[in-house]
Amino acid sequence: MLDPAVAVMPRLDHLRALEAESIHILRELVAEFERPVMLYSIGKDSSVMLRLAQKAFFPGPIPFPLLHVDTTYKFREMIEFRDEMATAVGARLIVHTNEEAISDGTQPFAVGTQRCCGLLKTKALLDALQAGNFDAAIGGARRDEERSRAKERVFSVRDANGQWDPKRQRPELWNLLNAKLQPGESIRVFPLSNWTEIDVWQYIHVEKIPIVPLYYAKDREVIVRGNSLIVQEQPFVVTMPGEQPQVLKCRMRSLGCSPCTGAIRSEADTVPKIIEELISTRQSERQLRIIDHDQDASMEMKKREGYF
Amino acid sequence: MSGLLRICTAGSVDDGKSTLIGRLLHDSQSVYEDQVHSVKAASKNRGVGVIDFSLFTDGLKAEREQGITIDVAYRYFATARRKFILADTPGHEQYTRNMATGASTADVAILLVDAQQGVKVQSRRHARIASLLGIKDFVLAVNKMDLVDFDREIFEGITDEFEEILAGANFHAIPMSALGGDNVITKSDRTPWFNGSSLLDFLETVQVTRDLTALPFRFPVQLVMRPDREFRGYAGQIASGSVRIGDRLTTWPSGRSAHVKRIVTYDGELDLAYAPMSVTLVLDDEIDISRGDTLTAEPPHVGTQFEAEVVWMDERPLDPARVYLLKHTTRTVTAEVSHALLMNQIATVTVSTARPLVFDKYETNRITGSFILVDPATQFTAGAGMITNPVRDDAPVAAVAPVSAAERLALMARRAGSDAEAVEAVRKALEELLT
Repeated sequence: MLDPAVAVMPRLDHLRALEAESIHILRELVAEFERPVMLYSIGKDSSVMLRLAQKAFFPGPIPFPLLHVDTTYKFREMIEFRDEMATAVGARLIVHTNEEAISDGTQPFAVGTQRCCGLLKTKALLDALQAGNFDAAIGGARRDEERSRAKERVFSVRDANGQWDPKRQRPELWNLLNAKLQPGESIRVFPLSNWTEIDVWQYIHVEKIPIVPLYYAKDREVIVRGNSLIVQEQPFVVTMPGEQPQVLKCRMRSLGCSPCTGAIRSEADTVPKIIEELISTRQSERQLRIIDHDQDASMEMKKREGYF
Repeated sequence: MSGLLRICTAGSVDDGKSTLIGRLLHDSQSVYEDQVHSVKAASKNRGVGVIDFSLFTDGLKAEREQGITIDVAYRYFATARRKFILADTPGHEQYTRNMATGASTADVAILLVDAQQGVKVQSRRHARIASLLGIKDFVLAVNKMDLVDFDREIFEGITDEFEEILAGANFHAIPMSALGGDNVITKSDRTPWFNGSSLLDFLETVQVTRDLTALPFRFPVQLVMRPDREFRGYAGQIASGSVRIGDRLTTWPSGRSAHVKRIVTYDGELDLAYAPMSVTLVLDDEIDISRGDTLTAEPPHVGTQFEAEVVWMDERPLDPARVYLLKHTTRTVTAEVSHALLMNQIATVTVSTARPLVFDKYETNRITGSFILVDPATQFTAGAGMITNPVRDDAPVAAVAPVSAAERLALMARRAGSDAEAVEAVRKALEELLT
């Protein structure tokens, strides 16, 4: 990892500085809270968080369980990867689904994306946190992702309903994280706050961190809808008039539910090629996440309601 | 040169700070096309020209509606030469607390001044807060130069004033128009008389003097790792200095010593570790060490009283009669503060803690010299402090802060471990006083 012998004046490069900061955050969390849980979304940021957790508590095991909020509409490859990873790192995996909403027929085309996210992601997450009696939830959100997230604290307080009040945020100075809570409050912890998308990919590359194969370009059958490529995995994602499934070389830049996450045309089938593509691209990573654009200040609204 | 530079920005309302940052992100190509599209659409609604650059940074709905920045926003951009983390701090209400937050981790501060308005009271205050938080490198961005016809004399007048305010600090003044992009990324031909570098050029090349590894070794223990009976290690992030296998370390406040046997990381064992690495240390002797203790090679200050500059950030004023929680490195203790403070006030106070802290002066070490105060009634982070001077423990309380006899009795009662002890302490003191 570090070869101090070659460094006359030792200095950490920016990735190792970010890593050290994230490890510090994870250790503070474990020292200060009794029942933490890590939100594991299977994406690249979750993969990086898992590696950081392994590093933070080495030679011990990861001292908290992983929680996956499963909408049942995630890509099949994500679920396979999730189960393999949990076994590989030896962590306990909790999977929670809002079964009631699923049996009521909740899906994005039936109830709209806002209500679908509200029931299958936000409500499911809050229910799972309550069921596990967790006092702290670790998330992989980064401040560079979206503008309301740019204002998020590393230790971010949620009220008794799991909701975020951006105007009541505590100041956060130096590396001093205030872990004190009032009765009923809980905390969300974001160890990747200061990482950018490129940092995450560079770290995946240097650390050889396994990621879901959906991130790599290959020939996939998709339907072209606007500037987004939709992989048909769910029966309710139907072909519209004039649409024709076709095979295109593409990949996912961000992972979510298959009906609401578009693929991009890409030739990038290795991590270095993905990094190269990112540096030359001019589209932000959440651009094909339909749920971010379904109303003004979408992400802020979802965060206020309790979503990450 | 370090690959990562942390910057904070400060300016009064309407100095064009968000516009400058939006411009910096846009022109350094750190903003994506789809974000530009959504900002263009919103700019049209607000009737502010083709692109309202402030919309890139104003993250909250209320901010966009009111056209002001409420909270600190963190921005990330990179050039071929460096990576940057920028804390954009609002210039209006609660700016003291937001500025202190942004400046606490910054290497360089960008101070914005409106060329038409000149140096305002707030500009001085911003400069003072940034200096207080330990910033030694400043950019003075004299903005809206287009509105004063790029007048050299106006620019130099403002620069001269700041030379006095920032005496002793390194500063680079730039005549600028954030709206027009003059001297932001590239040199402007509208300021032929200006010989300095553009803002981005300066940020890419500035050598920050702070070198954590050259300071004495400080290692606040975060966790004691005991995964099995064989292994006992101390996990933490090195606050300053470096450590080698075989080094003799002392744990504070207990003062017991042992040698470093192993430096453990997931990526293999190391012979040498340095700030700001997160590592786990194994010592050759079983001495009692727990979270909140600090390992050092040379003796630090250890004590329960010190002087500090405190910034108050809560609407509820600081009350010297109350007990606060104080978090310093990885240690949380109860503390009392000598003076009352109102929100956004900054003052030198004396802090007394129930248990000793292991600290340095803030001017030499930002990590071991800083603390926060938490109000136990609300759990809000109410104050931020920078230690300026240790106070000898044997100095009488009364010499530190003049208090009445009744206040001293109340203080004794609060410091007692139990009700019975409190009654006993007050009884003794009263007897001494009356006989």
